[in-house]
Amino acid sequence: MLATKDLTLGNRLKDVNCALKPGIITAICGPNGAGKSTLLQAMAGLLDPDAGHIELDGGRLYDLPPKERAKRIGYLPQSAEVAWDVPVRTLVQLGRMPHGDQLAEPVDAALAALDLAPFADRRAQSLSGGETARVLLARVLAGEPDWILADEPLAALDLGHQLDLLRHLRRAADAGAGVVLVLHDLAHAMNHADRVIVLDRGALVADAPPESALDDVTILDVWGVAAGWVGESGKRALVTA
Amino acid sequence: MNRASLVFAALLLVAIPLSLFAGRVWIDPASTPNAALIVAELRLPRALLAIVVGAGLGAAGAAMQGYLRNPLADPGLFGIAPGGALGAVIALWFGYAASAWLLPLFALGGAAGAMALLAAIAGRTGGIALFTLAGLMVASLAGALTALAISMAPNAFAMSQIVLWLNGALTDRSWREVWLAAPLVLLGIAALWHAGRSLNALTLGEPVARSLGIDTTRLLWLLVAGIGLTVGAGVAVAGIIGFVGLIVPHLVRPLTDRRPSQLIVPSALAGALLVLVADSVVRVLPLVTELRLGIALSLLGAPFFLGLLLRMRKGTI
Repeated sequence: MLATKDLTLGNRLKDVNCALKPGIITAICGPNGAGKSTLLQAMAGLLDPDAGHIELDGGRLYDLPPKERAKRIGYLPQSAEVAWDVPVRTLVQLGRMPHGDQLAEPVDAALAALDLAPFADRRAQSLSGGETARVLLARVLAGEPDWILADEPLAALDLGHQLDLLRHLRRAADAGAGVVLVLHDLAHAMNHADRVIVLDRGALVADAPPESALDDVTILDVWGVAAGWVGESGKRALVTA
Repeated sequence: MNRASLVFAALLLVAIPLSLFAGRVWIDPASTPNAALIVAELRLPRALLAIVVGAGLGAAGAAMQGYLRNPLADPGLFGIAPGGALGAVIALWFGYAASAWLLPLFALGGAAGAMALLAAIAGRTGGIALFTLAGLMVASLAGALTALAISMAPNAFAMSQIVLWLNGALTDRSWREVWLAAPLVLLGIAALWHAGRSLNALTLGEPVARSLGIDTTRLLWLLVAGIGLTVGAGVAVAGIIGFVGLIVPHLVRPLTDRRPSQLIVPSALAGALLVLVADSVVRVLPLVTELRLGIALSLLGAPFFLGLLLRMRKGTI
């Protein structure tokens, strides 16, 4: 369980209380500036809260040594920047850093899970956007973390690659990891998340299954858009008025 | 030891004996009078000093480029070399340089002062951008004070001494400088080598490095200490020698898998090779006065830098 208790961070997050469960996909939604990335980074242990705290399986996250925290929480930022043109395998191996080992098995497993085995010896900067996104996720998986925290992992991808990456994330959740995604596309959150957290101006507005967290009233209140869902469960589309 | 280290170590082993025999007077061990004395007391310390200074600059350049994730970064960016130069200039200004130990000690003090100033400005946050700007500020302040010292030099002799010294050289150095610089540079290279694994994590940016458990503040201070020792000691015994830290990692990178950690030791060896060869060449050139090593490397470095920029424009870096 990864939980925030009265988490406050500057004026970006105000008294946020939520408890995330492993084995499911949780989406964090909200308009620009709502504090989504801030919440994700705080839960990854990268930002010091001004008040409140974060609990990981009952213990305080910020009391954990950084290496221990890094073993349990994998963080994937929005930026797909790779500074040096290293081979794909070397990049994925960075995920083993918190463990301090060079084990080939988890790295191979991560490469295989994301269908990257044929790319292992390619140079990182020769990859397309979709391939890079998969390599960066493989880097997180190689660390075998209990939690995968990803900031808008679908942002730079086309529809096919978005669905592809969601399929891989679902597989990780099915294997027991807690998957937490900042998502802008509400239809993805509605159709692919098991639970949705809605933030508005730093405050928690909803924390519920997608059907109730992203109902018409909340969308109007938070995004200021009159819209409604059409289609059957799992294949819904948002239609604006 | 990786392939790049082997290549540059082998080249260095070839270059060392050549540099011992090369000079204004070519030494033939069989016929030159006092050959052993010349080699032991003049050429050998000078060659070792070139190796020590070059190794420090090469390793510092590789670490700096890894830390800033920028192939155009140079160890001079931290302001440590200009700080060291200012210390030496102060020693020359007051005429302390007459005592052999005082000039390098003042230079080391200047480098330490630059590091302390960096700590005071940007120490707690550990942010890369703030730190780089603080380094630029320290460099520009040290540069301005150096220019002030030159313009207000007490006499023409002091002024010419300062200007000459600023164009780094290894002329007339002895074992004393080797003993002063070598331990400091080795310690600095060890610190930078130790930072290598953390630099690898920075390949994916600072937030990812921190999420992987890297203490970025500790990394920063490890780098400042490593660059302070390598560059500070280099400036203390040889003056300002530019471009080595910028050029060398580019020569090494294609021979490695491009991880920053794989560059530190081979860059030290390649830096040693570059400075040793350059210093041998300036000795052999048939000029009336010896071309200053710092000037020679800058003449070599500027077109190299231009080439890098052109390649970057084409997107091949």
